[in-house]
Amino acid sequence: MSVSLTSAPSPVSAPATGLTAERFAAHLAQQAPLPAWWLDAKQVAWERFRALPLPTRTDEHWRFSSLKGISFDGYDLSETPASAAPHLPAFPHTAQIIYSNRQVIGRSTVPAELTAQGVLFCPLDEALREHGELVRTHLQKHPAALGGDKFVALNTAFAASGVVLYVPKGVEVDLPFVVQHAITGERQAAFPHTLVILEDNARATLVEFFVSGDQRTHLAAGVNDLHAGAGARLTYVGAQSWSDTTLAFQSNSIVAQRDARVLALNVHLGGRQARHESHSRLLGPGAHSEMLALTVAGGTQEFDQRTLQTHAAPNTSSNLLYKNVLLDTARTIFSGLIVVDPDAQKTDAYQSNRNLMLSDTAEANSLPGLEIQANDVRCTHGATTSRIEPEQEFYLESRGIPPKKAAELLVIGFFEEVLNKLEDENLHAVLRDLIEAKFKAK
Amino acid sequence: MHTLEIRDLFVALTDQPDKPIVKGLNLTIKAGEIHAIMGPNGTGKSTLSKAIAGHPGYAITGGDVLIDGKSILEMEPDERARAGIFLAFQYPSEIPGVSIANFLRAAVQARLAEGEELDATAYYKRLYGKMDMLKIDRKFTSRAVNDGFSGGEKKRCEILQMAMLEPTFALMDETDSGLDIDALRIVADGVNTMRGPKLGVLLITHYQRLLDYIVPDQVHVMYDGRIVKTGDKGLALELEAKGYDWVKKELAAV
Repeated sequence: MSVSLTSAPSPVSAPATGLTAERFAAHLAQQAPLPAWWLDAKQVAWERFRALPLPTRTDEHWRFSSLKGISFDGYDLSETPASAAPHLPAFPHTAQIIYSNRQVIGRSTVPAELTAQGVLFCPLDEALREHGELVRTHLQKHPAALGGDKFVALNTAFAASGVVLYVPKGVEVDLPFVVQHAITGERQAAFPHTLVILEDNARATLVEFFVSGDQRTHLAAGVNDLHAGAGARLTYVGAQSWSDTTLAFQSNSIVAQRDARVLALNVHLGGRQARHESHSRLLGPGAHSEMLALTVAGGTQEFDQRTLQTHAAPNTSSNLLYKNVLLDTARTIFSGLIVVDPDAQKTDAYQSNRNLMLSDTAEANSLPGLEIQANDVRCTHGATTSRIEPEQEFYLESRGIPPKKAAELLVIGFFEEVLNKLEDENLHAVLRDLIEAKFKAK
Repeated sequence: MHTLEIRDLFVALTDQPDKPIVKGLNLTIKAGEIHAIMGPNGTGKSTLSKAIAGHPGYAITGGDVLIDGKSILEMEPDERARAGIFLAFQYPSEIPGVSIANFLRAAVQARLAEGEELDATAYYKRLYGKMDMLKIDRKFTSRAVNDGFSGGEKKRCEILQMAMLEPTFALMDETDSGLDIDALRIVADGVNTMRGPKLGVLLITHYQRLLDYIVPDQVHVMYDGRIVKTGDKGLALELEAKGYDWVKKELAAV
């Protein structure tokens, strides 16, 4: 497969430091060749970002979050890609797009037979230029309602990197589409926006890696819109391994129409403070959403996860399983809500947060919730916090496996229940390696 | 010739150190020998094997355990295992999400020198060879360790681990408990296949039945934390015929 390097972006006037009005104006000027509606949306988002207050302690959506760590001051937008891009795991894929500091540095072509069928996989700006209406009708059509509006507004204001994947009716693609977003350099920021549109009965997988090219401080505010048409099967994997000093935010919006099946798995490894919001909307009868997350929280990291499962049609089902492993003095927050609309009878919704504590000083907060307005439903939720079973540990050690490796095996084993839900075994192995690498680095 | 020597050993539960369960036990096992320890329930047989393997729930409060004259009591459980000890568990733990292949691979890797990488091809070749020898289906290795296994499958998994790790001394804790006759035969066949000059076995059992299939060199009767009688395989038959009360009465008469 050929990967072509694009030419360096055109130079712009020297930007002011920080995410200032001047900086936004410069960014908007750079985006000028793109459709007017997009520029308007950016302008509105910028105003909104400026108008919205920072989250406050009284905001239910931010309960237990460390608010003092949230600041947008002093971050900058580099216009040049880093000289060296982080390693992108190699595994069988359909096509890939690689970003470094918001610039495309590598891109492989989509196989001709897929292009002939109308499959589209391209950088956001290209999609805006060439398929503007497609983007316009889907972008943030159903924003996640989980409290991160200020971050989402910031994303829209500065979004330039990102991809659009469009798969027409009935087209099925086996191997995943792969994206990497890398940030390199002190106080650099990125605002990726990913849009996936699967038409009726289409099938595809998108995998995104979010990674820091160095251990400096970064800001990442990303947004995803995942649309699955009737009978479509969409798999989305997001794996973030930002630097340990990065402030990260990600908003995930999932929409499933009649009989669609969506599986979204998010792997959280990096960041000083990483907030992830995920909202599934089951809009058509028979729709199913599988919401999965794996987190390894170490050091003083904080992972803040907010979820919403909205059942808006009868006979819909959703299954949420978030597993966290906590070490050192790390913190996790899981707050999940299942909402069943009055006419969404026969809803079958499940929500589970499982925390494995490897340290006495780590802290796992779990806030499960239900809001049911229909009378014939099955909704269950649960949260558990456990430790490694001493008998299991002894069993492994009695075979000569050192304690550290034994703990690593037990953690991977704890995660395997989730990883096993992926049909793609290569992807499964890549994610397992990524998780193991975090342990080896400890 | 390697030797495992248990010298005047006292063992208690870690949280009840003043209540010994094993009370001054002496036993020497040489590589190549199979010793059986029989005895009524609650006499300290399992405690003995777990303490030797380094289970944190048991404290050795007196005496010593030595391999080739060197005490292993300061060693962590994983170090004892790498020194040649293998405990076949009465109730093996279930480890969800960890495949037998990956688990054994980690155990084999741990036995390599620092920085030495496992040769994956050679590892699988050896693993499949052992499985063929033990008549175990190859699909077995992709299953999670003991997860949802039947009693027989768990014991077969223990035997496979033993075959792969090639210990010098295997402590088999009531390996026969809960097994039907077919499963018992599989376990016994496994042990008999591995039997040889390089392996010493301590077979802990409540019943004589297992000894029909694995013929021991020596049989010891354990009672109240000590070995009270030692003999050849005939002793097991005598016990079977007369029951443990016979030993108790004999002891009382002394």
